[in-house]
Amino acid sequence: MNINATLIGQAIWFALFVFFCMKFVWPPISRALDERKQKIAEGLSAADRAERDLELAQEKASANLKDAKDKASEIIEQANRRANQIVEEAKDQARTEGERLIAKAQSEIDQEINRAREELRKEVSALALSGAEKVLAREVNRDSHKQLLDELAAQL
Amino acid sequence: MAASSASEYIKHHLGNLTYGQLPAGYERTCHGHDQTLNDATWTFACNAQEASDMGFAAFHVDSLAWSGGLGILMCFLFWLMARKASAGTPSGMLNFVEMIIEFIDTQVRDSFHGKSKLIAPLSLVIFCWVFLMNLMDLIPVDWVPLTFQWIMTTFFGWSAHEAYFRIVPTTDPNITMSMSICVFFLLVFYSIKVKGVGGFMAELSFKPFEAKGALGKIILLPINLVLEVLALLAKPVSLGLRLFGNMYAGEFVFILVAAMMGTWQAVAAWPWAVFHILVITLQAFIFMVLTIVYLSMAVEEH
Repeated sequence: MNINATLIGQAIWFALFVFFCMKFVWPPISRALDERKQKIAEGLSAADRAERDLELAQEKASANLKDAKDKASEIIEQANRRANQIVEEAKDQARTEGERLIAKAQSEIDQEINRAREELRKEVSALALSGAEKVLAREVNRDSHKQLLDELAAQL
Repeated sequence: MAASSASEYIKHHLGNLTYGQLPAGYERTCHGHDQTLNDATWTFACNAQEASDMGFAAFHVDSLAWSGGLGILMCFLFWLMARKASAGTPSGMLNFVEMIIEFIDTQVRDSFHGKSKLIAPLSLVIFCWVFLMNLMDLIPVDWVPLTFQWIMTTFFGWSAHEAYFRIVPTTDPNITMSMSICVFFLLVFYSIKVKGVGGFMAELSFKPFEAKGALGKIILLPINLVLEVLALLAKPVSLGLRLFGNMYAGEFVFILVAAMMGTWQAVAAWPWAVFHILVITLQAFIFMVLTIVYLSMAVEEH
């Protein structure tokens, strides 16, 4: 339990170790710790930012989607309207065309009927005339009965 | 074990391996033969009497070797880790060292409000080094001394009872007082650096009893001076002796157990060792915290 120069020896050790740690141990490690702290803080703020960005992007995406849906339904409606219009137009056209064709056919038919009637009348009157001539050849004087015969022919 | 041999055993375990100067004309019996020294001689002390006759000119080789060796080991480990330290993910040992450093940094920031590049590494060294030195207490008391004894008797011709060896530096008052005196010098240095010589002297002279007038101050000055100087000197003494006393007592219990129970000491020493782990850590921590507190008191204006 003697007090002796060990005091001085230990003080030298102490100073050496403190000096060593002060120069070569504490600064690099505490610098590394500080840097890491900063890095973590940056990482956290970046994560926050990313989260906000994500939210914004999601909002934007849903807005875009809604826009697209609206536009699409508008387009579909327009297309439907246009299709209806086209169908209506086609129906109208078809109807008028049909009517026109019917009218045309009718007039042709009328013409044919008239022509046929005319021809028939001519033939019948000729036949009737020739028949009557044959029947009446002996008794009827063509000249005296001419007026009567013409009337008959006109009636036929 | 007989009482006398038990007391021999204990005394032997409490002696340091001392290398020092014996005065000229000193008569000694060493390594089995008598001799009278012609000149003052530097040598290893052969017994406790010689160690004390060496006076101040002596070194406790075992204490210094173990404290130095442990300190070098500590610095080497720290240095390795400091080289690996980066802002990336730490691993293994580096993680542990960073934990210690963070812990000490917190302690320093909590109590020390001045700015100093020294105080944090100082606290780190004190805590870890004192802890390691204290930790030597957990090595069974006979292992290392008996090995040393065997080496010295086998190869160097020493007698068994001449081979003193202690492996717990903090059970040597020289070691603990040396550290606390260093802290004391730092304390005085910082006080003077921050407050100036005048401020430091004023702090010693005009407190704790304060007076308004010059006359009152002069009357109170001697009392203040005595109180404050005593308080100042009590700091390193209590700091060093607290650590020494705790570790010495712990060591003493281990030695007593070993002396009483011989081979069966492990059974009785184990519970004490478990309890002692707490003391070891706590004393290292207290030494560090008190150092920080003393230094922060030194730099703070009252």
